Amino acid sequence: MYDLIFAPFIEFGFMQRALAGSLLLSISACPVGVFLMLRRMSLTGDAVAHGILPGAAVGYLLFGLDLVPMTIGGLIAGLVVALGAGAVSRLTLQKEDASLAAFYLISLALGVLVVSLRGSSVDLMHVLFGTVLALDNAALTLIGSIAIITLVGLTIFWRGLVAECLDPLFLRSVSRLGTPVHFVFLALTVLNLVAGFQALGTLLSVGLMMLPAAAARFWVNRVETMCLLAVLFGAVSCVIGLLVSYHAALPSGPSIILAAGAIYLTSVLVGTRGLVRTRLATRRHRTA
Amino acid sequence: MADTCLSFENLTLGYNSHPAVHHLNGSVRKGSLMAVVGANGSGKSTLLKGIVGVLKPMSGRISITPGTRIAYLPQQSEIDRSFPARVVDLVALGLWPKRGLLGRISAEDRRRLSEALMAVGLGGFEGRPIDTLSGGQMQRALFARVLLQDADLILLDEPFNAIDAKTVRDLLEVVRRWHGEGRTVMVVAHDLEMVRENFPDSLLLARRAVAWGPTSTALHPQQLLAARRFDEAWHEDAPWCGDEHEHKHEHKHPHAHDHAQHSHNHA
Repeated sequence: MYDLIFAPFIEFGFMQRALAGSLLLSISACPVGVFLMLRRMSLTGDAVAHGILPGAAVGYLLFGLDLVPMTIGGLIAGLVVALGAGAVSRLTLQKEDASLAAFYLISLALGVLVVSLRGSSVDLMHVLFGTVLALDNAALTLIGSIAIITLVGLTIFWRGLVAECLDPLFLRSVSRLGTPVHFVFLALTVLNLVAGFQALGTLLSVGLMMLPAAAARFWVNRVETMCLLAVLFGAVSCVIGLLVSYHAALPSGPSIILAAGAIYLTSVLVGTRGLVRTRLATRRHRTA
Repeated sequence: MADTCLSFENLTLGYNSHPAVHHLNGSVRKGSLMAVVGANGSGKSTLLKGIVGVLKPMSGRISITPGTRIAYLPQQSEIDRSFPARVVDLVALGLWPKRGLLGRISAEDRRRLSEALMAVGLGGFEGRPIDTLSGGQMQRALFARVLLQDADLILLDEPFNAIDAKTVRDLLEVVRRWHGEGRTVMVVAHDLEMVRENFPDSLLLARRAVAWGPTSTALHPQQLLAARRFDEAWHEDAPWCGDEHEHKHEHKHPHAHDHAQHSHNHA
């Protein structure tokens, strides 16, 4: 038992860092994922994650495999994609799904082009899939800062976010905050994807954001509890994923996301609002 | 004017350079209870959107007395019924004008919230998820939200559509209460009988104002007939309406003769 669960985290510094980084990511990214899901923007995270690639690639092209320039580059590219798509959908008749698809495809093509200018496919693999086992202090500081920014941002804008999800037209009729709240939220999404890409890669960082949120939807019917449950699912996925990765010598990123995937599939089946319970719902019913 | 709540000055609202409300003039007295009547496409909802500010005027002006708090219940709300919220969460949005983004919800607010729910006959519904509400219950909840907004000017866009008779009676009671409290209420409605019984004033729209005044005269059969002749369709080749310069000299304006109540003023 000790050897199986605790020893890896106690004996190896890189496992401790990996655990700290991925838990911080869970606390930060999972609530953002809940709001993405509730706003039917689940694929937005995916699109933005693709959009981050050229920024990270330019950072890599100019400075080599160094966290800071790649992060800043990814941040800029992600913000351009998310805010550009958001602006097109807010200011024109086009809906956000179409504008986002357009922006991220342009960005992705640019990214692949930039990587091909210099990098080998190994480098591309690193940007795409990251590695949580190689988190250094700078990366941990970055993830920690982003987690704090995210939690503070969510706390401040909570009421606005809920109102903007629940009844956007009402919010527009009583306040001008609707559009700013939307953009703050998009920015938080980008921040969290950037935080995740060093650990999990640009493509999989969205997995830790969306899978726990999607799983939590099958258990509870309140936004607050859904966020807490998503964080819990995310944290459990990280622990399981890291352990599996350690014992079976598998890559850490996919292990974590697959653990989250297993929680999701289990929730679909046996969650209180999942398939089995709603199908086998008792035929007994009350009189009123 | 001191007792005016809002006024329209040569107001034109519309979409893609086609007017939906055309050169509207007049003012709404503070504390009046007014029905907005007209065929589909006659500009009723557009007018309310213009007043709330979600649609900008193409020309002309809407002047709202400074400090007027507005509550608006749209015809097609954009409420996401699948959102995991309870009735109390939805109705509590009505506290926004008072509490905003960060203001604390006080015990007094909570008391007002449950009073509002009682007033619309939804006592005991606080914890119900909104996806379990019927159409009528939803409308009651939205009225409770308007109650909570404590607004001076209340705009309701077809609030009685697809609502059963008892709910309509209950909600009209709420509207009368607002009227009694001196709030200005504008309600888009189709049921002329109901309008005649409950609304002292009416605005009959057919893109332009066909008639505006006491309901008995504004909804006179002759006026209704005039409103019915209105052509709902847009015409891509419709001539351009005169420019701003011409509006100032209304005798030159090609549509001037249409404006039956052009300088109508309520006060």
